[in-house]
Amino acid sequence: MSTIVVQVIVGGLLLGAIYALFSSGLTLVWGMMNIVNFAHGDFVMLGMYVAFVVWSVFGAGPLLGAPLAALALATLGIIVYFGLIREIMKGPMLAQILGTFGLALLLRYSAFWWFGANFLTLPENIVGGTFDIFGLRIQASRLLAGGVALLVTLGLHVLLTRTSLGSKMLAVAEDSTAAQLMGIRPDTMQAIAWAIAAGATGLAGALIATFFYIVPTVGETLAIVAFVTVSLGGFGSVPGALLAGLLIGVIESLSAYLIGAVYKDIVVYSLFLGFLWFRPQGLMGKT
Amino acid sequence: MRIKHILGLLCALAFSVVLAGDASAQEKTVKIGAVFPLSGNAASAGVHAKAAIETAIDIINNAHPELGNFPLAKNAGLAGLGGAKVEVVFADNQGSPATGQNQTLRLITEEKVVALTGAYQSGITLTASAIAEKYGIPFLNGESVAANLTERGFKWFFRVTPVASDFAKIYYEFLKDMKATGAKTDSVAMVHDNTEYGTSVASVITSVFKENGQNAPIDIAYAANATDVQSQVLQLKEKKPDVVIMITYTSDAILFAKTMQALDYKPPMLLADDAGYSDPSFIKAVGKISVGAFNRSSWSVGPPGSPTALIAEMYKKKSGDEMDDTAARQMQGFLVLMEAIDRAGSTDPAKIQAALKATDLKPDQLMMGYKGVKFDEKGQNILAAGVIIQLQDGENYVSVWPKANAQKNPIMPYKAW
Repeated sequence: MSTIVVQVIVGGLLLGAIYALFSSGLTLVWGMMNIVNFAHGDFVMLGMYVAFVVWSVFGAGPLLGAPLAALALATLGIIVYFGLIREIMKGPMLAQILGTFGLALLLRYSAFWWFGANFLTLPENIVGGTFDIFGLRIQASRLLAGGVALLVTLGLHVLLTRTSLGSKMLAVAEDSTAAQLMGIRPDTMQAIAWAIAAGATGLAGALIATFFYIVPTVGETLAIVAFVTVSLGGFGSVPGALLAGLLIGVIESLSAYLIGAVYKDIVVYSLFLGFLWFRPQGLMGKT
Repeated sequence: MRIKHILGLLCALAFSVVLAGDASAQEKTVKIGAVFPLSGNAASAGVHAKAAIETAIDIINNAHPELGNFPLAKNAGLAGLGGAKVEVVFADNQGSPATGQNQTLRLITEEKVVALTGAYQSGITLTASAIAEKYGIPFLNGESVAANLTERGFKWFFRVTPVASDFAKIYYEFLKDMKATGAKTDSVAMVHDNTEYGTSVASVITSVFKENGQNAPIDIAYAANATDVQSQVLQLKEKKPDVVIMITYTSDAILFAKTMQALDYKPPMLLADDAGYSDPSFIKAVGKISVGAFNRSSWSVGPPGSPTALIAEMYKKKSGDEMDDTAARQMQGFLVLMEAIDRAGSTDPAKIQAALKATDLKPDQLMMGYKGVKFDEKGQNILAAGVIIQLQDGENYVSVWPKANAQKNPIMPYKAW
């Protein structure tokens, strides 16, 4: 295999890990309360802007920007839960879709108003340039994002399967009335779920900002990948999102390199649909 | 009693002022529609377009004797219509051809605009101008370069900008000259998106190269608004072309610049086809890793105190950014339209159309480096022209070709970062 093909695959894996990183929040919200958050891409966008503001005010990189973005978005997640989600969950499915969609537009146009329409970027070397390993080029910023993706996936998985908080959250997801009878407060659990999901999304945004452009509509570009990743991985499954992200990243990169970039989405989405035909619950979703 | 009286009088006064203001406004405004991408992925270009049009409105509606003989500048309002003011209704095409069409329809039927300008993306100009054609409203385009826009037999569509075929010839001549000075220009690759703009420009360049006996460029197409372009850059890295022509909007242009740096790829020569590479936010974001990129332009700031320099200053005050080629072409287009309306002395669309057909502007009446403005029967400006510019310091473009208009000599090879 030539170096270039290896480079394509390594690039695809890193890209896939990043897809998984910004999909984990979406799949968590779905798993916890059966809500598709259409504002997810715009949460990523806000995380990116937090990283940008942190850099322009303090001159700091993702070491400070990423935790702050996670914190800011977690707070926003709690506000959104109590201000919007708790109410619209009482309504029909359509109200939930329109509610989060409205939120997406509100966030997007607020960003337009506040930051303007210009494209922004963080400095190229904010995470220490690019490694050259036997001719393989690996960007430190993508490696960091990929590494954090693995950690976040592992962390969320442990939280949900090995801790009492996770069990309580899952109990609420399964049957909130029964959980309430056991002394668990559904409101608190769901607010925590939103805080974690939005926080992870903000973290993802701050890390993506180190190698991507920042613009109010960037969420639109990224959200579609997140939805595909989550449905391929299985709605609600965090490890599934990681596996799906890696698969999509590699297939995308290889097909773009071998067949041509115009066709890569056709390849990815036809494989995606074909797979769902055989396994509608996704890679690791429950039936 | 007395207070009531006074209050009543004041109310009446206020009322009459409002009425009078309204009446005079109705008499003396010329309403123009402008369709631009004010949101969506090209919003940065749309916002700059809006600032450019607003600069033109300022020049027309207020007296600007400092601009000398620049058309429409000297007195306030349009002299041909008794000093009427121009009012522009902006509409957002959201980067979608369907929305552009709907918005154009709304501007014509509800806002009752007498002429239109827009719509930045060729694919949206295509649909928006079709509505104007149907309703018999003049549509003046200052910036879209897809060839087919003026090949549809439209009677109400006029385009001021040089088009893809003009630029393809410029690129060919430029590369030929560069080859004569010792640069390698034999193998050329084109990276372009799959929009109307990207595909049409790429196919025109291919045919111009073939007509001149050159090999057809390597074609690297991709879907616009990409999330990742590593594979495309690796294809370039493998094929090692002497020249890479970039035909992309801003978002993808930024991603390509960043990815090229990450993968340590720089072609010996990078030639951009305007669009993303002219966007001020591209230069701010990745200008420092795109040092030495060639680009095309018809705009040059000119010496201090010249009308173009003064216009650039006014624009910068409005937008906060330097005037770029795209915004300047949009502004020039709008000014050509307004000059025709002024000459027509009427807001009747048919009379504006007739005046546009009779347009004959000289270079000293323009802010762009065109040889003039004169439309052929298809509505295309036959005197449009352009030059090659280079981002030599990563911050500002300077003209480098042809030699007669060059501020600096071209620097080779592409330095990037």
